[in-house]
Amino acid sequence: MTLAINLSNISKSFPGVKANDEINLKIQEGTIHAIVGENGAGKSTLMKILYGMLKQDFGSIKIFDNEVNFSSPKDAISEGIGMVHQHFMLADNLSVLESIILGMDRASLKILNKSKYKDEINEITEKYSMPLNTQSMIDELGVGEKQRVEIIKVLFRGAKILILDEPTAVLVPQEVSELFNNLKNLKDSGVTIIFISHKLDEVLEIADEISVMRGGKHIDTVDATTVSKTDLAEMMIGQNLPTPPKREKNFTQDKSLTIKNLTAETDNGRRAFENINFSINQGEVVGIAGVEGNGQRELAESILGVYPIESGEIILGETTINDLSTRDRRESGLSFIPEDRQSQGLLMDVSLSENVILGKQSSTKYKSRYSNIKFNEASKNSNAVIDNFDVRTPGNNTLALALSGGNQQKFVVGREIENKPSLLIASQPTRGIDIGAQSLIWNKLRDARDGGLGVLLISADLDELIGLSDRIYVIYEGNFVKELDPENATPEILGSYMTGLKT
Amino acid sequence: MKLSLKLTTLLAPVFAIIVAFGLSTIMLYLIGEDPIETFKIMYDYGKTGKSIVSILNRSVPLYISAVAVAVGFKMGLFNIGVESQYLMGALLSAALGAAVALPSFLHITLIIFVAVISSAFWAAIAGYLKVKKGVHEVISTIMLNYIGTGIIAYLLANIFFEKVELSTTAPQTDLLPETARIPSLNAFLGIEDLPNLHGFIIGAVFIGILYYWIVWKTSLGFDLRATGSSPLAAKFSGANPARLTILAMMISGAFAGFIGIAPLTGYFFKYTTDFPSGLGFAGITVALLGRNHPVGMALGAILLSFLERSAQILDLKDVPKEIEKIMQAVIVLTVVVAYEVVKRYVTNRQIKEASKVVAND
Repeated sequence: MTLAINLSNISKSFPGVKANDEINLKIQEGTIHAIVGENGAGKSTLMKILYGMLKQDFGSIKIFDNEVNFSSPKDAISEGIGMVHQHFMLADNLSVLESIILGMDRASLKILNKSKYKDEINEITEKYSMPLNTQSMIDELGVGEKQRVEIIKVLFRGAKILILDEPTAVLVPQEVSELFNNLKNLKDSGVTIIFISHKLDEVLEIADEISVMRGGKHIDTVDATTVSKTDLAEMMIGQNLPTPPKREKNFTQDKSLTIKNLTAETDNGRRAFENINFSINQGEVVGIAGVEGNGQRELAESILGVYPIESGEIILGETTINDLSTRDRRESGLSFIPEDRQSQGLLMDVSLSENVILGKQSSTKYKSRYSNIKFNEASKNSNAVIDNFDVRTPGNNTLALALSGGNQQKFVVGREIENKPSLLIASQPTRGIDIGAQSLIWNKLRDARDGGLGVLLISADLDELIGLSDRIYVIYEGNFVKELDPENATPEILGSYMTGLKT
Repeated sequence: MKLSLKLTTLLAPVFAIIVAFGLSTIMLYLIGEDPIETFKIMYDYGKTGKSIVSILNRSVPLYISAVAVAVGFKMGLFNIGVESQYLMGALLSAALGAAVALPSFLHITLIIFVAVISSAFWAAIAGYLKVKKGVHEVISTIMLNYIGTGIIAYLLANIFFEKVELSTTAPQTDLLPETARIPSLNAFLGIEDLPNLHGFIIGAVFIGILYYWIVWKTSLGFDLRATGSSPLAAKFSGANPARLTILAMMISGAFAGFIGIAPLTGYFFKYTTDFPSGLGFAGITVALLGRNHPVGMALGAILLSFLERSAQILDLKDVPKEIEKIMQAVIVLTVVVAYEVVKRYVTNRQIKEASKVVAND
């Protein structure tokens, strides 16, 4: 068999970190090769080097036995390497055909020969059994189909090696199995696939070989048919995978939040959510499962008061807060962990000791009688958050942007919990962070819940939802379609409600 | 550690000014002037007592203008309309000030009050348009500059000025009475044989302190800076973007209202067609130069005033005085670049230190 990829001694350093440390990796042509590792293990750096987005400090890359030297992704594409990014790069107002050919013709005044391209694309979709209607508009497609467009796009450019960066992160279980069928077809036609993931079950199912990375080093490459999940986990983190352990329900009968007939304002002729009813008791975690874009984000934001509602009632404790401003809602005991910590939860170019104030700048906690901010208080409290939530930082003077994603998230979660709320809305509280930070956040959320806090948990991580929630609602197209007891829920069951297969 | 970081930040402008002088040296050399000699002439002229008074007097409105611009900058708002805002305030307060008779303290207070209120109102229009109609403040403030200039010209020529047949007098408001004039500091400081040092320089110091207090110390200032740093994070934290935008424009405009006070009550005593203009735009330069910092902007205003003043001598020595404008622009550019370099350096250093902490665990 030929080697599609042969990396020897690839090293890459960034200030203060060795992102890749003498990586040696051989990938056979026509196989699916998975690369697993925690965030920060160096997977992305390695793939960026392979795709020409970064230049290695040392080491050589051989593609089909040719030594190559990439200075941009263009070079990589011309050697037959294609990459499908985790976040799709598609414009909603283009058709599938246009999206695939976009950027291919050198800028010219010639009229695009669309019908020629159409035939070529159909040839590819048939060859690999990946049906696609080239006339559809991108915004009519589901997440799985969009991903298929991205894959076809790369194949159309002549890729023989396909890099997929966390391709299943955005998919529900049913879409995942469809993707896997497609990947198997691609493999059978001789395409080499590199599959980046940290979901071990999926990797074991799809891959032929698995390479494990940790701390910038290539730990080992193993045969997927003989290795166990536990072995992989141990290689990845040097300890057992933490899972959110389930525990006894012990909430009180006092309401933390009650939502009655809540309906969003129309936006472009559609409502993000409609007629939502539920309540959260003190000491209870209520989870919301849903495919992204089904109204859960807007629902959370409407409770915070930053998304407009048309009718219904939001009751925090005993008080209706419909007419309160976001500031007053926070003042009345609402805390909020936003889904995007960097743009919504932190001031990136500001120190941690000032970031701790965010959300409470107008409360007596940090505002003196003369409207002055109590910076001493803030400094003290930021240190408390750093200590209690194990935020790894040189000190509280460090800018938020200097911390790793996991430490930023621990700081945001810590700040919101230390504000002693009566209701906490946690939107994707552990998205994209390492396992250590994840398990700490899970424990802290559970402790807060045991201390009587009501929590609204919105997450795309179904294991997290099942493990942390006392009750789960599934939201589909803006409606709660199912209430489930996490005892009886599995990711597959949730997935079928989330996609509307079951109602 | 902390000190050395602060030191690097301070070194940025010093380094930038050295580079700017280096570039100016090359330029002077290329046009065939002796650079050392030119700088010496400028310096010798700039350090005379007369020049120092003139430089300080120039710096006062320039500094206040920079403060007005900086309030917007801290929130990510570009108030390009400081120009018409301060002229509007100056005209209305000059007209009203000349029309009333009051005890001195009240008279001056009234003039300042009218200037501040009318400038703030004029600025608020741009804030309102942004919040309610989504008009970007750069567009609206530029347009309001044109509209404002037109209104001012009309009011000055037709309402506040009585034309006399066959007279060639330019349109102007009536002279302010003695009670409306802010005295110079010369007597107080015991300075003799020098031009008047405006009393309002003390006002400028207070304005700097007020600016610092509002932006860096109060909870309103925290909202402003948070919005400037990340509008979404600020909104999620409870800041009201609409209210803040209008408020920030009004505060910026209110500071703009102070710009005309020194010229009006210090040496013009009336609003005329040659009342100092262009200060609103110069303020943008100074705010950039001083990085929106109250002390940095003060130094920036003094530096620019020094260059302007010392350039006056160049003409007499047959050196093209345009060199001064070029030097000004080069300084601003190098300062902006130097700050950016330092910012990156500091950021990288912090990232490095933070990743060390993680690696050591």
